[in-house]
Amino acid sequence: MSEEILIRTRDLRKIYHVGEVDVPALRGVDLEVKRGEFVAIVGPSGSGKSTLFYILGGLTPPTSGEVFVHGNDLTRMTEAERTELRRKEVGFVFQRYNLLPTLTAADNIAIARHIAGKPLDEDANFRPILELLGITHRLHHKPAALSGGEQQRVAIARAIVNHPSILLADEPTGNLDTENSRVVLGLLRDLNERLGQTILMITHNPEAAAYAHRIVRMRDGRIVG
Amino acid sequence: MRCPGLSTPVINKLVWENLKHRPVRSALAVLAIGVEVTMILTLVGLSRGTVEDMAQRARGVGADILVRAPGTSLIGLSSATMNQKLLGFLEQQPHVRAVAGTVVHPIGGVSSVTGLDLEEFNRVSGGFRYLAGRPFRHDDEVIVDAYYARQNNLRVGATVRLLNRDWRVCGIVEPGKLARIVIARDTLQNLVGATGKLSSIFVKLDDPANTDRVIASLKQQLPDYPIYSMEELTSLYSVQNVPGLKAFTGVVVSLAVVVGFLVVFLSMYTAVLERTREIGILKALGASPGYILNVVFRETALMALAGSAVGILMTFGTRWAVMTLIPASLVQKIVPEWWPIAAAIAVGGALAGALYPAWKAAGQDAIQALAYE
Ligand SMILES: Nc1ncnc2c1ncn2[C@@H]1O[C@H](COP(=O)(O)OP(=O)(O)O)[C@@H](O)[C@H]1O
Ligand SMILES: [Mg+2]
Repeated sequence: MSEEILIRTRDLRKIYHVGEVDVPALRGVDLEVKRGEFVAIVGPSGSGKSTLFYILGGLTPPTSGEVFVHGNDLTRMTEAERTELRRKEVGFVFQRYNLLPTLTAADNIAIARHIAGKPLDEDANFRPILELLGITHRLHHKPAALSGGEQQRVAIARAIVNHPSILLADEPTGNLDTENSRVVLGLLRDLNERLGQTILMITHNPEAAAYAHRIVRMRDGRIVG
Repeated sequence: MRCPGLSTPVINKLVWENLKHRPVRSALAVLAIGVEVTMILTLVGLSRGTVEDMAQRARGVGADILVRAPGTSLIGLSSATMNQKLLGFLEQQPHVRAVAGTVVHPIGGVSSVTGLDLEEFNRVSGGFRYLAGRPFRHDDEVIVDAYYARQNNLRVGATVRLLNRDWRVCGIVEPGKLARIVIARDTLQNLVGATGKLSSIFVKLDDPANTDRVIASLKQQLPDYPIYSMEELTSLYSVQNVPGLKAFTGVVVSLAVVVGFLVVFLSMYTAVLERTREIGILKALGASPGYILNVVFRETALMALAGSAVGILMTFGTRWAVMTLIPASLVQKIVPEWWPIAAAIAVGGALAGALYPAWKAAGQDAIQALAYE
């Protein structure tokens, strides 16, 4: 872990407008994450965890406050700049895996490369990562033919194929049984320890949170410890 | 990482798999575009084929020069207005070996009855080749060509109703020479109140090499009469010269494009709605709105190109149907020059139809799409 601060938010707020109603999802979040950290974010449903990820990952702009990711000021970003941030700096992993159902595992990974404008073959270093994830023999199957654990491992491979500075995993084991959860959590820890991948992971499960270096608790749109 | 099969860009695989994912919808859209393309190509083929067939039949007479009545166009079906005495005048001209006057009376569509003096016509053309029967001897007899006979199930001895009268088929002749329905000239003249009048005169020369010289001399003596060499005929019998055909073609092409547009609109609109999550995933991976548009437009273009290929193939089917069912009324030609034009029209219409769905997809909110439920 270095001392470089990769993520910093100050009084970060987000209000969703639903028709006439304003829904405050984040009510002043202050967070710092250093390069190489593995942080677990826990908290009850509706406490704003996913919203925090959407903002950090450039999927939606904040309403107010400061937010920096790898030196980029997200409050000043245009839509196009946030798209570029997603492409270069961020990898998402979701509870539902969210693989493209019509593409094979290999093509799901390849399309992330394609979107980033990089040819897949160029990256010789990625082979060991696939081996680490244990999916090399499943690459030519479509998601429907893969188990949940395998799908999530493919999703992780897709999330890191462009070497993002942060990996945002939103309840990555939420749909997995204990055995597969352990495998996925072990892999995340390996990525963090061996490759220095910075990881933020939302989870409900204390056992899962124990894999992280640090646990951040959220409640009602704020960090409470 | 090396993955076999990655030589095709993965975006094309996505497009292809998307189309395969909903085979019935994709096939219907392709078929609809195919129908659009066939409509265009069949109309073009029918216009060209029918008009060129007219020219070919006129040339099939074997004459060297055609004289028409003043103020008439070649294709418009006008009534007989030329004085029959002109035949004698033309016959006297140097180099003229034989002349034949015709009366043409329209009977609906592009069909017409032609009145001929067979002896005169034989001197110019060498006569019809009879596949069955014989020339007419009575003024209630009619000669038809094999196409007309096939289309109307006629045999020698059959009765056919034309111009409000019953006629007996006395002969069936090989197609390709001037007319499909032929009766005695004076009978037709009397029937339509054009006694002593002609529609066209075919002139046969002693040597085709004299054509230009004779035409020049005729034009001097008959300044008001349109006079053509047979060479000229092919270019004059052109789709451009058929009154109203251009406008009609425009209407049919527009209708075809509207159908293609609507089908693609609907197909891509449902596809985009159905793929809300997939589009959200692409956006989370950093896909720009341009990338999403690219996917939708590639899918549309692929459908339109497949539809164009289907449409071109179906044109052979419509040609077969026309040849089998109505060979005497219409002739359909396959016009390969129009394949890229029809395909371009189809692709253009389809892309226009995909515009709104694509725009909707590109502007979709990713986090709404990715929300768990
Ligand atoms: N797209 C959205 N539109 C409107 N309200 C939303 C949206 N996403 C989340 N919310 C609301 O924001 C709050 C925080 O939600 P979320 O960030 O999903 O929390 P968590 O991930 O901790 O469950 C909730 O009250 C939720 O209903
Ligand atoms: Mg959540």
